[in-house]
Amino acid sequence: MSATTQLPGINETLSAHEGRPPISIVYEWLTTVDHKKIGLMYIGFALIFLVVGGIEAILMRIQLAVPNNHFVAPQVFNQLFTMHGTTMIFFVAMPVLFGWGNYLVPLMIGARDMAFPRLNAFSFWVSAFAGFLLYFSYFGASGLYGAGSAPDVGWFAYAPLTSRVFSPGHSTDYWTLSIFLSGVGSIGTAVNFVSTIICMRCKGMKMSRMPLLVWLYLVTSAMVFVTISPLTAAQIMLTLDRYLGSHFFDTQAGGSAVLWMHFFWIFGHPEVYILILPSFAFINEIVPVFSRKAMFGYPAMVAASVGIGFISLSVWAHHMFTVGMTAAANTFFVFATMVISVPTGIKIFNWLATIWGGKVIFATPMIFCIGFLFQFLIAGLTGIMLSAAPFTWQLGNSYFVVAHFHYVIVGGILFALFAAFYYWYPKVTGKMMSETLGKWHFWLFVIGFHLTFDFMHIPGLLGMPRRIYTYEASRGWGTLNLIVSIGAIFQAAATLVFVYNLIRSYYKGKDAGHDPWDAWTLEWSTTSPPPHYNFATLPTVYSRRPLWDIKHPDDPDSDFE
Amino acid sequence: MDIFRLALLTVPLCNGTAIAQSSTNIFAPAATPANSIFELSMLVLGVTLAIFLIVAGLLLYAIIRYRHKPEDSDQEPAQIYGSNQIEVSWTVIPILIVVMLFLSTTRVILGTQAIPKPGNALDVTVIGHQFWWEYRYPKLGVITANELHIPVSDPANPVPTYLTMSSADVAHSFWVPRLAGKTDVIPNRVNTMWMDPSQPGLYLGQCAQYCGTQHAKMLLRVYADSPAQFDAWISQQKKPAVDQSTGNTAASEGQTVFMQNACINCHAISGTAATGRFGPDLTHLASRDTIASGAIPNTAENLRAWIDNPNTMKPGSLMPPMHLNSHDLDVITAYLTQLR
Repeated sequence: MSATTQLPGINETLSAHEGRPPISIVYEWLTTVDHKKIGLMYIGFALIFLVVGGIEAILMRIQLAVPNNHFVAPQVFNQLFTMHGTTMIFFVAMPVLFGWGNYLVPLMIGARDMAFPRLNAFSFWVSAFAGFLLYFSYFGASGLYGAGSAPDVGWFAYAPLTSRVFSPGHSTDYWTLSIFLSGVGSIGTAVNFVSTIICMRCKGMKMSRMPLLVWLYLVTSAMVFVTISPLTAAQIMLTLDRYLGSHFFDTQAGGSAVLWMHFFWIFGHPEVYILILPSFAFINEIVPVFSRKAMFGYPAMVAASVGIGFISLSVWAHHMFTVGMTAAANTFFVFATMVISVPTGIKIFNWLATIWGGKVIFATPMIFCIGFLFQFLIAGLTGIMLSAAPFTWQLGNSYFVVAHFHYVIVGGILFALFAAFYYWYPKVTGKMMSETLGKWHFWLFVIGFHLTFDFMHIPGLLGMPRRIYTYEASRGWGTLNLIVSIGAIFQAAATLVFVYNLIRSYYKGKDAGHDPWDAWTLEWSTTSPPPHYNFATLPTVYSRRPLWDIKHPDDPDSDFE
Repeated sequence: MDIFRLALLTVPLCNGTAIAQSSTNIFAPAATPANSIFELSMLVLGVTLAIFLIVAGLLLYAIIRYRHKPEDSDQEPAQIYGSNQIEVSWTVIPILIVVMLFLSTTRVILGTQAIPKPGNALDVTVIGHQFWWEYRYPKLGVITANELHIPVSDPANPVPTYLTMSSADVAHSFWVPRLAGKTDVIPNRVNTMWMDPSQPGLYLGQCAQYCGTQHAKMLLRVYADSPAQFDAWISQQKKPAVDQSTGNTAASEGQTVFMQNACINCHAISGTAATGRFGPDLTHLASRDTIASGAIPNTAENLRAWIDNPNTMKPGSLMPPMHLNSHDLDVITAYLTQLR
């Protein structure tokens, strides 16, 4: 604590509003261009949609808990899985990760804000509007089943089910426009991250000294350029098909259904890495602090991240192993997909080596990281199974795949996110989250997660395809689906504990101080919450862990670089 | 976390449980393509299980061994920044594993996709519809729906069945797990796959690509018949529809009702005025075990209820309610149940 004050001028706060007339809080948030406020709005927006998407998941699990169930109609079920997938990817995972990036990247590189604050606000508001537009379909879209129907074409919306012949009304239009707008917001944010990281680093922060979190946001943002663009283009093409008589995906007029698949998955697979790389970023910051050791193999971690970024652009057609590609094409995508496990493995090994020889403290952020490590390992290994194309010939579009990608997204990304919430909440609010509630949250979620997603693999192996609203008892999937559904209840309960903890800690949490975790990166050198413009005097850094240098003047990192 | 692994391993091992008896278990292959996938999957499962045990074991060890203990001093542990030798080793070893898995996978891909088609192979054309399957035997002059009959293939003298597949509307996927992996059935595109069941029997599956409201009840039934059974089935299916002009009066009245209603716009019955192709061919409807693409047993009661209003049995089905009176329903059912 006392050590932090040795950074010159770091405790002097700028009071940006001093001397100005007071403005209402609502007006201030609606018009803010402050990266921290925008970050928090992204996070709050994502949390609301997390609850919405979670309710959709629970409804689906009730329907599937027993065979031949009539809890919801098939039409409703088809809307539920379409909305669940679209919501969770575009309006939960993307905004929450962008939100944390917005909050943390300028702080970690010693900058006062993002490079383009107004673009930042624009990106947030356009993404938020896209989310509300999607849900407005429930009121405004006269879809396939009459007025007030949500999109029901699945989250990857394969052609030609999306054509006007098979999807009359406007439900698909709401989906298309929503994805289009969300893409505009994502690209704006990515431009901002790249510019900020390239141009706004404080004195002494060479690329080779950036926190790994910053590196990973750089790679993620670069990938957003390359992958969101085709997705956005595809939405325009689909709209042209639907309303202006073009035939890109219109198979009845010589268009190609497979073309849509290529457009979607050249976005869709890198998207997984766009989501998982920021999750790696959180793990990279949290594991060293709670192991009390420097990150093992920083250059290898950077190389692996950049490598994943490049390789992930060449694996998309492993989502298309069953569409009848040639043996040569299948073989290429098998190889590319398997190769990506090498840099991913390097990351897991480096985390292991960071823990090795440390003093591991089991605070809530760290136990979520440990959960992440085991679960992401399993998710990666089922990924290797699926990368073998013949395995996907059996299991593509089955519940095994559903279990696999939920293992990645929930077991990996969501656990890393929970870790991030517990770790940076003290910085954001100045209050500690409750450790007791945190551990309740962790254990309830772990039990629920494993009940749901471990057992979900097996119906897939027994031939259960995804996106079916019911199934026959004779198929032998009933018991397994019941267990899966029971697990969902535990996860919902855990999420409630988490939300309660977030709110309660804000009012009743212990004061956190500047640096509650005795950490090493620049965000912990400023006050909690940080002042407007973050730093009174921009810091100068001499190593990857500026606060370590200050706390250990006899043994600074800068001696080893 | 090990629960999943254990459960996975018990699937192929435990006989006698409901799981092992599942009619769609990928670990109970009954034809060459499914079997080669099964063998590959055992290899991949073995390799990934070994990796899991090693890495998870090391992680568990590190977390327990290097936990912060109350008696520890406040000093920070030794700061180690990395090691090039170690990085190289955990890069090279995974690359070797990847190369091994890649080569094994390639062998199965080529063995399934790139082997020549035998001259005596049976050709079947598969056409996906919302939400049913059309099967045509172009060299044998047979058209049927929803229940695919193919001959058993003797390994000594293989007679594989080659499916040529396309779709009349949206994308579907043909997946009978015990026979072969799935192949998507895509409009404006022709895909092929093959299978050679070694044992006679009924193999189940269902559409594996979301295709609309009733994706869930677009079921697949593949009957692997002995050569004699298959020949008998073919010769029976080649016959024109049963002539109703003699005998059963209800049935012949039913034929009249059928021909005078919208039924013929969508359904074909060979040798009659009914030539529609939008719905399943009904020429030998009564020879099938199920209706509604495998969703409902083919009994007179079910058939009557289906014709009355398909949406009560399969909501979202594209067949509209026929609005027939009770008598007409009775005679149409009598007619259709005669079409053996």
